[in-house]
Amino acid sequence: MKLNTLTLKESLDGLHKGDFSLDEIYRDLDQAYTEHNTKLNVYLSKNEHALEQSRAKSTLPLKGLPIAVKDNFCTRDLPSTASSAVLEGFRPQYESTVTKRLQEQGGIVYGKTNLDAFAHGSSTETSDFGPTLNPRNPEHLPGGSSGGSAAAIAGDLAIASIGSETAGSIRQPSAWCGTVGFKPSYGRASRFGVAAMASSTDSPGPITKTVEDACILLNTFAGHDPLDGTSYSEKSPDFTQFLDQSIKGMKIGLIYQDIEELATNNALLQKELEILRELGATIEVAQAMDPHPAIGVYTVVQRAEVSSNLARYDGIRYGQDRSHFGAEAKRRIMLGTFTLTAGHADKYYETAQKVRTLYLEDYKRLFANYDVLISLTSPSYAKKVGVSADAAMFGELEDMLLEASSVSGLPGINVPFFRDPDTNLYLGASLIAPMWQEGNIIKVADAFEKNSKWNSWRNRN
Amino acid sequence: MSVTQSQVKHIAGLATIPVSEEETQKLTQAFNETLAVVDQLKQVDVSTTKTTHQVTGLHNVLREDVVREDLSFTQAEALANAKVTHQGYFVVPYVLSNKDN
Repeated sequence: MKLNTLTLKESLDGLHKGDFSLDEIYRDLDQAYTEHNTKLNVYLSKNEHALEQSRAKSTLPLKGLPIAVKDNFCTRDLPSTASSAVLEGFRPQYESTVTKRLQEQGGIVYGKTNLDAFAHGSSTETSDFGPTLNPRNPEHLPGGSSGGSAAAIAGDLAIASIGSETAGSIRQPSAWCGTVGFKPSYGRASRFGVAAMASSTDSPGPITKTVEDACILLNTFAGHDPLDGTSYSEKSPDFTQFLDQSIKGMKIGLIYQDIEELATNNALLQKELEILRELGATIEVAQAMDPHPAIGVYTVVQRAEVSSNLARYDGIRYGQDRSHFGAEAKRRIMLGTFTLTAGHADKYYETAQKVRTLYLEDYKRLFANYDVLISLTSPSYAKKVGVSADAAMFGELEDMLLEASSVSGLPGINVPFFRDPDTNLYLGASLIAPMWQEGNIIKVADAFEKNSKWNSWRNRN
Repeated sequence: MSVTQSQVKHIAGLATIPVSEEETQKLTQAFNETLAVVDQLKQVDVSTTKTTHQVTGLHNVLREDVVREDLSFTQAEALANAKVTHQGYFVVPYVLSNKDN
């Protein structure tokens, strides 16, 4: 077995027992990189000193293992472009908190992965450096914006990876690539050093092969950071304590949005969730608020925050000037500028923030009765390369099932629940929990993964 | 709600985004597509609802006003990514002009 196909847990255990060496893992991974990266365009840059840096780390929790990192995290001395021509050639003079902690815990930044430029999108097609292809089926997209990090996992081009999410950018590419994507509660992981997109929802998180891997990785970087004013001050739990727990008696609400396009995939999901019922959970259909207005809330809030955050790119202190923005960034900056302009701010921005309140109230009502809410992560399987071109609302419509939870700051996870044998493409289930209650979704996602046949690493042929 | 090409040009000016005629046309179309989706917000009754600007519940997160040397750039680091520098300073475009230039 090639060692790049190991999960994070298997790699840590194998290194501990001496079954193989770090050098052997890097050798297999480098070989896979050489064979596939040019075609799949997963990594925009590779850390040429990875193996050498890994040698001093063997006694730390991550033991020097190679981790793929989305290219919107500032990494000192490695390019950090956010997949935008505006930041081509930029070498940050400081390190993001997430990657700093990752390295302090023995992780090695193996390379920086492709994304939608400035994380604006759900396809990875808006990257100024070309789209990433889905390793499960290269005629299809990996989703986005963390498409490169999800593809790195699906294609075994990393042991584990880190992405970031504003509204679906960890979970949707994980659904399309058949991986686990874990967006913690907003404020659980520091935003310091991540190219800002929508500051009130940006959340770093792991994209991994298993739920267990996601917990191990999140443990290394979650927690309060004085450099991020919205970071949560309470101590983070050990997320691995929620693995292998009984889900007997847990109450699960299935958000079955009655939308025609979702009917077939919703039925598949409902069937698969029988596994949870057999494990002792109760499942019932829960009526949630119509997701359509959430698209409007997210679109308005996100564009407004984008227009403010991307005002910093002036080409004077770093990067290129504003003529280098791609079409999507221009659309978003300008729409945000428009909705914040005098005369429009009340109509759009304030209204959106009020509807946001209604979603928060709706979740409060739902979580009074349920421990976890489950729905489809994405309405569809991974779409074909080229589909997002010139579609101004492509991402928002792709992420419509996740946006309400994102603007509410809730933790969420994607787990694969079906594979189409004809296309080799996956469907993913989205599990969400109340704020700071990541434990609820870890318990259910871990139980589902271990008792179903859809995780491709736990069910190797 | 829809916008015209001249409004889009005005917004481009406010956002300091250079746009061509062809782009203006495309952007106008994209604006109107997006606004059509956003207009769904109008169907929701929020007459008695308060706004939510953030979800953490945090208020006034403050820190001591002290310089942390470990987080501060040296002059060389601050200038390391600038395209044009002059004697240790950033070079910025003219923002004021007089009749001689």
